[in-house]
Amino acid sequence: MIAEHLPALQVVIPLMAAPLCILLHRASGAWFVSLVASWCSFAVAVALLGQVQAGGPISYPLGDWAPPWGIEYRVDMVSAFVLVIVSTIGAVVIPYARASVEREVPSDRAYLFYCMYCLCLTGMLGIAITGDAFNLFVFLEIASLSSYVLVSMGADRRALMAAYRYLIMGTIGATFYIIGVGLLYMMTGTLNMADLAERLPAVAETRTILTALAFLTVGISLKLALFPLHLWLPNAYAFAPSVVTAFLAATATKVAVYALIRIYFTIFGGIDVFETMAVREVLMGLAIVAMFAGSLVAVYQNNVKRMLAYSSIAQIGYMVLGISIASVTGLSGGIIHLFNHALMKGALFLALGCVVLRLGSAHVRDLDGIGRRMPLTMAAFVLGGLSLIGVPLTVGFVSKWTLIQAALERGWWPLAVIILLTSLLAVIYVWRIVEVSYFRPVPEGAADIAEAPASMLVPLWVLAGACVYFGARAEQTVTIARAAAATLLGVSP
Amino acid sequence: MSAETTILLSMAVPLGGAGLIAVCGSRPNLRETVTLVSAATLFALVASLLPEVAAGGRPAVTVVEMMPGLAIALEVEPLGALFAAVASFLWIVTSVYSIGYMRGHGEHNQTRFYVCFAVALASTMGIAFSANMLTLFIFYESLTLSTYPLVTHAGTPEAMRAGRVYLGLLLGTSIAFQLLAILWTWNAAGTLDFTPGGILAGRVEGPVVGILLFLYVFGIGKVALMPFHRWLPAAMVAPTPVSALLHAVAVVKAGVFTVLKVTIYIFGLDLLDGLDFNQWLAYVAATTVIIASLVALRMDNLKLRLAYSTVSQLSYIVLGAMLANSWSVLGGGMHIAMHAFGKITLFFCAGAIMVATHKTEVSQMRGIGRTMPVTTFAFFIGSLSLIGLPPMGGMWSKWYLALGAASTEQVVFVAVFMISSLLNIAYLMPVVVRGFFFAPESTDGSVTGGDAPIREAPLPCVGALSLTALGCVVLFFYADRILAFLQPMLGK
Amino acid sequence: MNVLGLYNYWIVVVLMMTGFYVVIAQNNLIKKVVGLNIFQVSVFVFYISMSKVKGGTAPILDPGIQVYGNPLPHVLILTAIVVGVATMALALALVVRIRHAYGTIEEDDIDAQEEEP
Repeated sequence: MIAEHLPALQVVIPLMAAPLCILLHRASGAWFVSLVASWCSFAVAVALLGQVQAGGPISYPLGDWAPPWGIEYRVDMVSAFVLVIVSTIGAVVIPYARASVEREVPSDRAYLFYCMYCLCLTGMLGIAITGDAFNLFVFLEIASLSSYVLVSMGADRRALMAAYRYLIMGTIGATFYIIGVGLLYMMTGTLNMADLAERLPAVAETRTILTALAFLTVGISLKLALFPLHLWLPNAYAFAPSVVTAFLAATATKVAVYALIRIYFTIFGGIDVFETMAVREVLMGLAIVAMFAGSLVAVYQNNVKRMLAYSSIAQIGYMVLGISIASVTGLSGGIIHLFNHALMKGALFLALGCVVLRLGSAHVRDLDGIGRRMPLTMAAFVLGGLSLIGVPLTVGFVSKWTLIQAALERGWWPLAVIILLTSLLAVIYVWRIVEVSYFRPVPEGAADIAEAPASMLVPLWVLAGACVYFGARAEQTVTIARAAAATLLGVSP
Repeated sequence: MSAETTILLSMAVPLGGAGLIAVCGSRPNLRETVTLVSAATLFALVASLLPEVAAGGRPAVTVVEMMPGLAIALEVEPLGALFAAVASFLWIVTSVYSIGYMRGHGEHNQTRFYVCFAVALASTMGIAFSANMLTLFIFYESLTLSTYPLVTHAGTPEAMRAGRVYLGLLLGTSIAFQLLAILWTWNAAGTLDFTPGGILAGRVEGPVVGILLFLYVFGIGKVALMPFHRWLPAAMVAPTPVSALLHAVAVVKAGVFTVLKVTIYIFGLDLLDGLDFNQWLAYVAATTVIIASLVALRMDNLKLRLAYSTVSQLSYIVLGAMLANSWSVLGGGMHIAMHAFGKITLFFCAGAIMVATHKTEVSQMRGIGRTMPVTTFAFFIGSLSLIGLPPMGGMWSKWYLALGAASTEQVVFVAVFMISSLLNIAYLMPVVVRGFFFAPESTDGSVTGGDAPIREAPLPCVGALSLTALGCVVLFFYADRILAFLQPMLGK
Repeated sequence: MNVLGLYNYWIVVVLMMTGFYVVIAQNNLIKKVVGLNIFQVSVFVFYISMSKVKGGTAPILDPGIQVYGNPLPHVLILTAIVVGVATMALALALVVRIRHAYGTIEEDDIDAQEEEP
């Protein structure tokens, strides 16, 4: 009975938790509700992944309206994987949130924070599970609106401006997306993704479809901060509360990448958009520029949060690069990097949150000798940093390995060189932090600071440990990602 | 105890040692005891593997399978066993020496020093026992990272700058070139396992072989082939024991070891035989041999002079690998051991002189032989071994390298070996000559005649350098054993 | 169909570009929000005009009528309007907070304040 309705529960649980947070009106109560909600979501997501692995894609007609007229929830390998990613991060971040929110968000607003967090989780899970193009827009906006609020809760007043700019850009992106969906609807008369996929090839040659594709691409690219549409991201990440930064960095851009994958490989699955509509040239070009520009700018940042934000822009470039290669290996590289980047960025931002908790700053000049003052936190940070570089035995290596193999399979060796060169840039900005925190003496007269509390260290180390575990034992993730990529491309894995 | 356990232990012992050293940090005597015990245990472990390998066994163990077909795996073969034995034996000697040096010199942060040293040794064992190129790459990088704190040990701006050069060049070349080559190899051959006879034969051909070889040889920045050699002189800001064991033995030998492994087990000599590309690289190596020797001549700082000498000697081995025939490759393998003993002796002496007299420049070392006769004599022995004169071990490796060059009738390379021997004499002998035959200077700079009192470095230092000097001589008589031990790696 | 026959799309395009221009060019945060609203409304118009069927009436079941307009876009746009209202509300709330924090809602002034320290 419950197993049958898991797809609906996936979204409903956090959705119901949100108003409950308001009703409880107390930070601790709201925190507990969101804790239960996110752990339940995690359990549901894992169960769904199990079901998909065992019995193939699940279709769930919402309210028993048969697709394509009703809204269909559709869970296949890709969506199940993304659901697991999002809900894992949600489940790990929430125990951590308590201490961090206490420090960074005024206590009378803390319950609102948890309410928004639950809504944000709802939106992201919804994006990943829905099989309806318009429904995706609704969830996209639920996730975005709540994340604007979350960003604006940052202690610095610049958080407000960051949230405002994020809102403007995000709304333009979402509006572009519905224009695209409208055009598709005009040509096909359906909004169901699977149905769209069947009907689109017949009208593929029209200019309307090409326009629709352009609108959809730009709209989603704004949401996923693909260079040069990334301008909202650095400030939003830098000034948001630490928990929010960690949560959004690990999930928000991931679901946007997922939406992009859905558009290209499911909705437009019947048409080879990469060969016929010049999507490859555009995406690959932008991805490469993003990888270089993001990493280069990151090298010059003095606020570590901003540095990591720019590094995110570069990392999004890797994911989009994987998509643009559009082979099973390439796409699976992109999908693995979704997961891997969520782990490493999550760990890095959580570590930074611990530093901010004790130090009140994430500026490089304040981090002298921090490695000796907060050894556990910084050790986790280093693990995350190594993953970012792509050092073997960390998850980053698995991603890069797969991406480079994909490039070499196609014979595009310059691409392989580019990936390696951008990794070198990552070495520079990560090493800067390592040098400052381990090889500089602790400033004289600095106040004694303790390690972060266990409630923060445990989630941090769960993610940092996962970076290493899934780096050394990548077989499972690689298998899932390959299966997902194969499903998307309609070939056997 | 099975061989598999021994292999794993040979990495666990130095790592565990590092942990213990960190714990015992506040008690120097205990800390140094731990270092010595780990070093001795490690050597015993490695030595216990040797008979099995000599008998043709190849004990192997898979640590973890990362992706299908791609595993972290270890396997002991002759070249690796030799490298591991040399490195672990010299770790014992260096530990003894370090104790004298670090205390005599009053260095700070000694605990971090010993910890990193042990981690570096664990990485070296990993490199020596790697069963595939990926495993080797991982340990290669961890060796780079674990030696960085040792290079920047002094913590001065100058040391930090040197540290950046060190890290930048080693990481840069390894990620940009070596990793690309590894990925390419995997793409072409579907495996990265070290296999006698190579894995690339029949999988790639034409210019691709050349590009790959180029990527590997320049990607292994630790061989200090010009123009990527600058990290080695930069690393000389480190304390002398580091320069001695790591930058004359472990790190740089890891580099040439990797080159040999790649040539023998990835490409296979047959694939390289008769190609043009390795010839070009051979010329690059030959040029490095000569230029580095010439630069060494002009260096007044003794450690820098020795560093450039190392650059030059490493290229002997690269040259041997690129000539790609049995004699030259065997000579290269032997040179790993021979040069290790010779060069570590020289560095020990340089350090001992520094501790005892605070002199670092060659021009200051007039009459040093009168106050430090043992040290200077050891320096003389080490120099002879490097030059390649009997009865020192260095003679044999040079002999086989030259034989390899001669057997392919490439007179140029034979000439390079000969000329560089002459250059060796020119830059090493002045130290000895000044030491023994020039009158010592007094502190105010005036030349004083007569007998100065003997003032050697602390006993552990002198003991260590005498032992390695003795090793140079002993190796001369056991060279045939090493040759027989290495022979099977060619798969013939 | 000639160019004029597609007049509804022309209206949409003009509205859309006006809104977009206002968002980009205006310095005042409120005006930006207004522009954003115009931009969104153009899309609503686009959907609704799309659902018009020639000769059809409002989609209310009646035995005498054969041709109906397409009801689905209406429903969709109802949802989109709700989302739009929520966005507006949030944007305006943010502007209020910004005004409290900076004492101004001109973007240039805010940037100038941030650069000073």
